[in-house]
Amino acid sequence: MERRDFLMLTGAGAGLAAMPGVLPGSVVRGALTPIATADKKRLADTALEAARSAGATYADVRIGRYLNQFVVARDGKVQNVADTESMGAGVRVIAKGCWGFAATNDLTPDGIAAAAREAVAIAKANSIMGGEPVQLAPQKGFGEVSWKTPIEKSAFDVPIAEKVDLLKAASEAGLKAGANFMTAQIACVNEQKYFASTDGSYIDQDIHRLFPNFQVVVVDMMGGQFQQRAALSAPVGMGWEYVSGRPAGKVKLPTGLVYSKFYDMVEDARLAAEQAKEKVGAKSVVPGKYDLVLDPSHLWLTIHESVGHPTELDRILGYEANYAGTSFATLDKLQSRKFRYGSPIVNFVADKLQPGSLGAVGWDDEGVKTKQWDLVKDGTYVGVQAIRDQAHVIGLKESHGCCYAQSWQDVQFQRMPNVSLQAGKKPLSVEQMIAGVDKGIYIVGDGSFSIDQQRYNFQFGGKLFYEISKGKITGMLKDVAYQANTLEFWNACSAICDQRDYRLGGAFNDGKGQPGQSNAVSHGSATARFNGINVINTARKI
Amino acid sequence: MALLTEAQARAIAEKVLKLSKAETCSLAVGSSEESNVRTARGAVSTAGTTRNTTLGVTVTFGKRSGTSSTNDFDDASLERCVRKAEELARLAPEDPEYMPPIGPQEYQRTPAWSDRTAAFSADDRARFAKDAVDACKAADCVGAGFYVQEQGSVAVANSNGLFGFHRQTRATFTITSRTRDELGSGFATQDAIDVAGLDAQAAARIASEKAKASREAKAIEPGKYTVVMEPAALVDLLQPMVGGMDARTADEGRSFLSKRGGGTRLGEKLVDERITIVSDPMDPVAAAGPWAGGGGGGGFFGGGGSDGRARGRTVFIENGVVKNLAYSRYWAQKQGVAGVPGPANMIFNGGTASLEDLIRGTQRGILVTRTWYIRPVDPRTLLYTGLTRDGTFYIEDGQIKHAVKNLRFNESPVIMLNNLDEMGKPVRVRNTETFLPAVVPPMRIRDFTFSSLSDAV
Repeated sequence: MERRDFLMLTGAGAGLAAMPGVLPGSVVRGALTPIATADKKRLADTALEAARSAGATYADVRIGRYLNQFVVARDGKVQNVADTESMGAGVRVIAKGCWGFAATNDLTPDGIAAAAREAVAIAKANSIMGGEPVQLAPQKGFGEVSWKTPIEKSAFDVPIAEKVDLLKAASEAGLKAGANFMTAQIACVNEQKYFASTDGSYIDQDIHRLFPNFQVVVVDMMGGQFQQRAALSAPVGMGWEYVSGRPAGKVKLPTGLVYSKFYDMVEDARLAAEQAKEKVGAKSVVPGKYDLVLDPSHLWLTIHESVGHPTELDRILGYEANYAGTSFATLDKLQSRKFRYGSPIVNFVADKLQPGSLGAVGWDDEGVKTKQWDLVKDGTYVGVQAIRDQAHVIGLKESHGCCYAQSWQDVQFQRMPNVSLQAGKKPLSVEQMIAGVDKGIYIVGDGSFSIDQQRYNFQFGGKLFYEISKGKITGMLKDVAYQANTLEFWNACSAICDQRDYRLGGAFNDGKGQPGQSNAVSHGSATARFNGINVINTARKI
Repeated sequence: MALLTEAQARAIAEKVLKLSKAETCSLAVGSSEESNVRTARGAVSTAGTTRNTTLGVTVTFGKRSGTSSTNDFDDASLERCVRKAEELARLAPEDPEYMPPIGPQEYQRTPAWSDRTAAFSADDRARFAKDAVDACKAADCVGAGFYVQEQGSVAVANSNGLFGFHRQTRATFTITSRTRDELGSGFATQDAIDVAGLDAQAAARIASEKAKASREAKAIEPGKYTVVMEPAALVDLLQPMVGGMDARTADEGRSFLSKRGGGTRLGEKLVDERITIVSDPMDPVAAAGPWAGGGGGGGFFGGGGSDGRARGRTVFIENGVVKNLAYSRYWAQKQGVAGVPGPANMIFNGGTASLEDLIRGTQRGILVTRTWYIRPVDPRTLLYTGLTRDGTFYIEDGQIKHAVKNLRFNESPVIMLNNLDEMGKPVRVRNTETFLPAVVPPMRIRDFTFSSLSDAV
């Protein structure tokens, strides 16, 4: 959690979350009305002009209204319903070759102009350091344009009662099926952001995200242990339609149901309790080498950590050395065009376009039109993620369009786009994949995760683990985590299911930067197989 | 806008309480200013200042509650915020765990504010950053650093007569220095209420010395080793244990403090008898907010809103024995106990030995100067995984012999503190991922479990 989020929440009750949830026609409906575009343009022009007058050679301004709503239930009882709303402007400038940034919630012409002048003063103060002046990749202005997340129904237009009912129904299903404890929550996000720059862009965007989630706990008091199973939902760039539970979203796996595109929270809660109970009595894994069959609900996180982060150009160049780290995927490896990131069936694509994904926007937070590009092609490392002030370093003439700030009060910087493993080109179902495994573990859902600061050595857990023996699933396992080196792991990828199995997972709050900022990003894949991976047993006694 | 004074915050609080038509109204109003400068590749990469003022309101009708927040303070916006909370409260179902707002409390004025930090300007920050970058250059290294100063004021109030006001500053500097050939990396961190406690050049020199010493790291076989851990390496592993000392989850059988067959480990010896851990918002080094927040955590602004209990000095572990678990107001009432709130900060006792003394007293072991990406693996045993980074060294016969490659560990802080060999002098250190002020000694620990090697530098 970020400091400022904490401040925002200090007034809230226990478990306060944020969101604007309000009823059509209610007295609070007006709170959700965006600021008139003409007013935002006037304010933006004031900021840009103030920056130019103070000596900025480039300036951009983001005027944002950020709405959140959270509904939180504990054991079927809703504890609080919370809306948060934060509005303000961040002005970023280049002066004397240096970046400067200032943000204010004073959205008067005087307030925003003062912030612009302060940003210029900060940039000038920093010029004593010297160093290479900031170089921005050229970007044409787009004039006045707009974009909105393609949603069927805004979660903010859904009555609170409907959200409460959903959480209660899911909790009742989980508790009835044997959960001893169950927390459930719905988080809704709406970013109304207006970007303007001295390049001549005025970009108005309305971004929506949704994350339904729960945690089931089953306690074996006499055995002195407990097991958990969280929701198999994914955070999405969608509206309320995601939780409709439409049959088209249900995917039948050899071990049960998972979800894609649409989510059935009540059904998943029941399954979670049943599976957590089964896990209490499951066999503790015997450590050793196994072939892993990884479901997309699990694999997204491994992709995120071992492919998404290492291919961020700011990390590669050392800008994140003090916190998030650097990267093994150095420029010499990229420029050789011969570096084997994975086996020849491995293809990773970066994009800011996939419908329903968390990363999808029309333009990024420095006014660049979004697109799709390759990171790994037929196993070879071919691309990175670059923004405007980095593009020249690798000879690019334009940014990839992956610059993002978590709010008006944070400076934008390079953030991960969606990074996805492309589905296998040959027809292959999950059942067929499992049938070919002699000694393996099938993992569904994400769990514990950790990776070193250059992204070599990682360890991942999961939600559900199943033993595969001679092509058949023989039962549930527990205490499982696998460790590998990124390159050995992706080069051990021996099969990927076809497009029919392609699904998105994602991170609602991916942290990076100093001060830390959160980013939402999706990762797609089909089920994939990895041969001979080291599995450890995580059980201990204290 | 400057930070809200107590009088300004009180005026806003009174206005909001008057606007409320609900049965109860609780609020927190806070103002903050955060300024930072970040360097990489020998230059400033980002620098800025952010100011914000935020109001959070929770209102109730019976056992129904709703919460709303805004950062717009004209009269219409304040009213809209209150009305929104009221509408949400009317729509919310009854909360069987509802607790009415707390009555007036006596809050301590904690020594958490420094005028010097608050006055540190953009030019001061630029000079501070330049000093660090230049010191790294002088050592033939490249420094990536981050200086941040935070200052804020926050008031809590409710319709039951509560009012409290708190101000706090914090200045933190972290720097990672890397050798130009990318084969060595070192780290240093400084954290204080008063920016005068920070020294950019000293931090840069320490990080650069570690970077150069960490070149040509040798691989060692993973397994159990005696480790000497610097406070910066320990804090992220120890904080989850202290933060997890919650009565309810222990009572409910889903905590590392639950006992087989029921009951908790309150009153039992959990770790080595030399360990004592307290929370004290008046601590001069790690002063914190004087009241408890909703979640029981500390946080930069000390929490507020739904809890509001005054915090005093609380002993969580004394001589290895669990003396207190944190209770929410609801759980304390349900269990019929007074119950203390969660920690405001985390203050370990320690000894008088320096880090160098601990190294000298080590026959064979590994010096860990920084840990990274620590994540829970098993909540039943508080097992965590993570890695060493930015300076890991092999110790033999009381001397650092050579750098070793980084290692992944799988270890529980409970097991670590049972395997304590010796502690040094405690220092204030900032956690990587939380904001609880912490005072932690360096420690020598036996049988620390490393599970694999990492190629990362």
